[in-house]
Amino acid sequence: MAKSTPAKKAWRSLTWLGVLIVGLIGLNLTGVLTGGGSWAPKLALDLEGGTQIILAAETSGGQSISGEQLDQAVSIIRQRVDASGVSEAEINTQGGQNIVVSIPGEVDEETRNRIEASAKLEFRPVLVAAQPSAQSVGEDGTATPAPTPDPGLATTPSVSPTDASDMNQITPALQAEYDAFDCANVDSTVVAPADEPLVTCEVDGSIKYILGPVEVSGENIADATNGQVQTQTGATTGEWAVNIVFDGTGTKAFAEVTTRLAGLQGAQNQFAIVLDGSVISAPRTLAVITDGKPQITGSFTQDTSKVLADQLKFGALPLSFTVQSSDTISATLGSSQLQSGIIAGIIGLILVGIYTLFQYRLLGMVTLASLVVAAVLTYLVIAIMSWREGYRLSLAGVAGLIVAIGFTADSFIIYFERVRDELRDGRGLESAVEAGWKRALRTVYAAKGTNLLAAVVLYILAVGNVKGFAFTLGVTTVIDVLVVIIFTHPMLQLLAQTRFFSSGHPLSGLDPNALGAVYRGRAEFRKPVSLPAGKAASSAREAAKRKTIAERKAELASSAAGPSTKNDGKDS
Amino acid sequence: MAAGFTNFGNHLYTGERSFDFIGKRRIWYVIASVMIIVSILIPIVKGGFNFGIEFRGGSQFQISSIAEQPTQQPAIDAVADIVPEAVARVTTVGDSGVRVQTDQLTDDQTRALTKELATTYDVPETEVATSFIGATWGADVTRQAIQGLVAFLLIAAVLMALYFRTWKMSVAALVSLLHDLIITAGVYALIGFEITPAAMIGFLTILGYSLYDTVVVFDKIRENTAEDASSTRRTFGESVNLAVNQTLVRSINTGIVAALPVASILFIGAFAFGADTLRDISVALLIGILVGTYSTIYIGAPLYAHFREGEPAIRKHDLRAQAAKTKAADSADAEAAEVTA
Repeated sequence: MAKSTPAKKAWRSLTWLGVLIVGLIGLNLTGVLTGGGSWAPKLALDLEGGTQIILAAETSGGQSISGEQLDQAVSIIRQRVDASGVSEAEINTQGGQNIVVSIPGEVDEETRNRIEASAKLEFRPVLVAAQPSAQSVGEDGTATPAPTPDPGLATTPSVSPTDASDMNQITPALQAEYDAFDCANVDSTVVAPADEPLVTCEVDGSIKYILGPVEVSGENIADATNGQVQTQTGATTGEWAVNIVFDGTGTKAFAEVTTRLAGLQGAQNQFAIVLDGSVISAPRTLAVITDGKPQITGSFTQDTSKVLADQLKFGALPLSFTVQSSDTISATLGSSQLQSGIIAGIIGLILVGIYTLFQYRLLGMVTLASLVVAAVLTYLVIAIMSWREGYRLSLAGVAGLIVAIGFTADSFIIYFERVRDELRDGRGLESAVEAGWKRALRTVYAAKGTNLLAAVVLYILAVGNVKGFAFTLGVTTVIDVLVVIIFTHPMLQLLAQTRFFSSGHPLSGLDPNALGAVYRGRAEFRKPVSLPAGKAASSAREAAKRKTIAERKAELASSAAGPSTKNDGKDS
Repeated sequence: MAAGFTNFGNHLYTGERSFDFIGKRRIWYVIASVMIIVSILIPIVKGGFNFGIEFRGGSQFQISSIAEQPTQQPAIDAVADIVPEAVARVTTVGDSGVRVQTDQLTDDQTRALTKELATTYDVPETEVATSFIGATWGADVTRQAIQGLVAFLLIAAVLMALYFRTWKMSVAALVSLLHDLIITAGVYALIGFEITPAAMIGFLTILGYSLYDTVVVFDKIRENTAEDASSTRRTFGESVNLAVNQTLVRSINTGIVAALPVASILFIGAFAFGADTLRDISVALLIGILVGTYSTIYIGAPLYAHFREGEPAIRKHDLRAQAAKTKAADSADAEAAEVTA
C-alpha cells in the first residue's frame, strides 16, 4: 500500500493540473461569452499598428508633479481623447511624470493638437445658463434645427460693458453662437481668450452657459480640500463641502467678484469654475467672501467633493504637456514583427526539443510535454489578463516569452540532474525520484525566486517596453514552478513505476549503468574497475555515508553471518 | 556523444574527473580582470557607445513593403529636398524596408517628408511609419533602469544572504554579476550595435539570469559544504570545487538550452525586417547568458571559496583535512607496496 502512495499523489497533482486548465479555459470562456474577452490576447501597438504619443506633463512653475496631479492630467487627456471620438484609446502614466496615449490606427492632426494642449483652470462669472438644446422648438411643436450663426451679426457690444457680469457683452453673434451650440461638441482646445466671453457647457452636458471673461485664474488657488461642513461650535453637520484657499492676489480678486455677484440675481449670481474648457462647477454666490477662503456646498457626497477638490488643486498648478515621443507603426510592420517573433519562438522550441531529447533520451519527452503544458497555461493567463486587466502583448513581451522557454526548461534540467545524481549514488529509481525531487525543489525555489524578484523589480520601476517584458518573465516564472510541481514531478513519479524506466532501459535516460552507479543496493558495491584504489575507496565511503539505517542493519547481519563483501564501506 | 556526455557527468560527480576551478583561481582572476579592463577600454577607444535615436532624440521614418530591393540614395535625396539642413542616416532593413533617421523635425516637415518618401519608394503613405523621440526620453528611461538595477541588487543581496546564511555568497554572486554586465556592455560596444531600449531590456534580463545561474550552483555548494562539514577529508576549497564539478553538466545544459531560443531570436531578428527589438534584446542576452554561465563557475565559486578560507574554523578544518590526506597517501603507498610485493 505504501508503495502506491507516490503514484496516488502523482495522479492527484495531475488532476489538479487538469482542474486548473479547465478552470482557466472556463474563465476565459465567460470572458468571450460576456463580451470583452477573446481567445487571442490583445496586441500592443507595436504589433497591431497604431500611434503612441508620450507626453511629459510640466507645471508652468517648474515644480515637481505629484501622483494626484498626474492622475488628474490623465483624466483630462482621457476626456479630450474621448471627445475626439477615437475609440479604444488607452491612456496610462509612466514613470511618475509621463502620460502615454496609445491609439490604434492613424491620428488626425486635430486630435493630436487637442491632446497636446495645456490644461487651465479659470473662474468666470455666469451670464446666461440654460438647459442645453441645439434645437429650437417652433410654434407647430416640431423641431427645427437651430440656425447657424449669421456671420454678418455684430461681434462687438453696442454699449461697452462696465464689468465682467455686464449683459451687454452678449452680442448678437455670441447669442447666435450660444443658440447653435451643441454640448456634445465642447472643444477643449478652443477656449476663448481670458478677456472674452465663453460659450460652453457643464462637463456632463446638462447645462449650457455663456460665461464672462476670466476673473480669477486657477494659479491663484493655494489649496483646496474637501471636508464636512462645521457649525460655529465645531460640530459636523454631515454635509460635504469643498474648501478653497486663495493666495493674496486670488483673495483680492475673489472678494471683488463675490461683492459684485452677491448683489445680482438668477444665473448672474453664479460663478463658473472652468477646467479645460468645460464647467466643472457653477455655485451661487451667497455672501461676499473677503478672506479668500470660500466654501462650496450643495448635494456633495464625500466622493464628489473629493473630485472637485482635486480638480481645483490641479488648477493651482496648471500643467502643460510636451510631446516626448510620438510613434506611428503601420499595421503591416506590426504584423511582420509578430510573425518574426512567432517564427523565432517555434525555432527556439524545436532546437530546445532536439537538444533535450539528445541529452535526456525519452526523459526529454517529459521536458517537451512540460513545456507544452507551460505554454498552454501561459497563453490562457495572458488571454485572461488582457481581458481583465487590459494587458497587451508587445514585441518585448513576445521576446520575454521566447527567452522563458530556456529558463523554464532549466527547472527540468536541475531536477533530472538531481535524480541522476541519486541514481549514481545507487538508489532505486523510485527513491531516486523522491530524493532528487526534494533537493531539486529547494534549488528551484531559490533560483526562481531570484528570477521573480528581478521581474517584479523591473515591473515596478521600469517603463513602457521593459514593463511588458518583465510581466511575461514574471508570469512564466510562476507558471514554470507550478508546472514542475504539478506536472513534471508527477509524470516522473508515474514513469518510475513503468518497467521501461525502472529497469533502466538505455533509451530512458535514467539507465543506472550508463550513469555509473557506484552502489547497487543491499551493501553490494560494483567495484569500479578502472579506478585507482584511493578513488574507489572514497566513492565507497561516499555511498556508505548515504546508506539508510535498514541497509546498515542488513549489512551488519550479513557480515555477522559470513564473509563480507570486499569493500565494506567503513566510515573513517 | 550523448553517452559520452553522460559518462563525463558520472566522472565529474564521483570526482574521478575534476576540473580545478578553485585551485587555479588566480588564473581566472587575471583573465577576468583583463576582460573587464578591455571591456571598459573598448567604448572609450571607440568614442563612447553608439546610442540609438531614443537616446539622441530625433525623427525616424520606416518605410515597409517596398516592391523592389530598395537603395538608400532616394531617401537621402528626399530628405535633402524637404529639410536641406538635416543630416539623414539611412539604412536598408531586410529586402523591402528602409529606415531614415533625422534630427528632430517639425510636424509640417514630418508630414511633408512622409509624403515625399511614400512617393519616392512608390508605397502608400500608410506604409511609412513615423516616430519622433524627444532627447530627454532616453535619459528618463535610463534613470529608471539604473534605479531598478540598484534596487534589485540591494534586495537580491539581502535575500541571498538570508537564504544562504552568509553574506559572502551575496558578495561573490554580485561581483560575478558585475563582471557579466561590464563584459556584455564591452562586447556590445565592440560590435557597435545601437543601444536601444530593447538592448536595455536585454541588459536588465542578464541581471536575473546571471544571479539565477549563480544561485543554482551556490545551492549545490551550500549542500556539499554543509553535509561535509567537519566529517570530510576534503578541504573547504575542494568541497566547493566538487560542487561546481557536480553541477557542471547542468551548467552546460542550461547554458545551451537558454542560449538556443535567444540565438533563434537573434537569427530571425537579424534577417527579418522590422524586428530590431528582437535583435537588440537577443544580442545583449546571448552574450549575457554565455558570460553569466562562465562567470558562475570561474568567478563566483572561486571568490566564495576565497572569502571563506580565511575563517578560523575553516582554516583549522582545512589543515586537519590536509594532514589526514598526507597520512592516507602514505598508507595507500604502503598498501600499494604490499600488493606489488
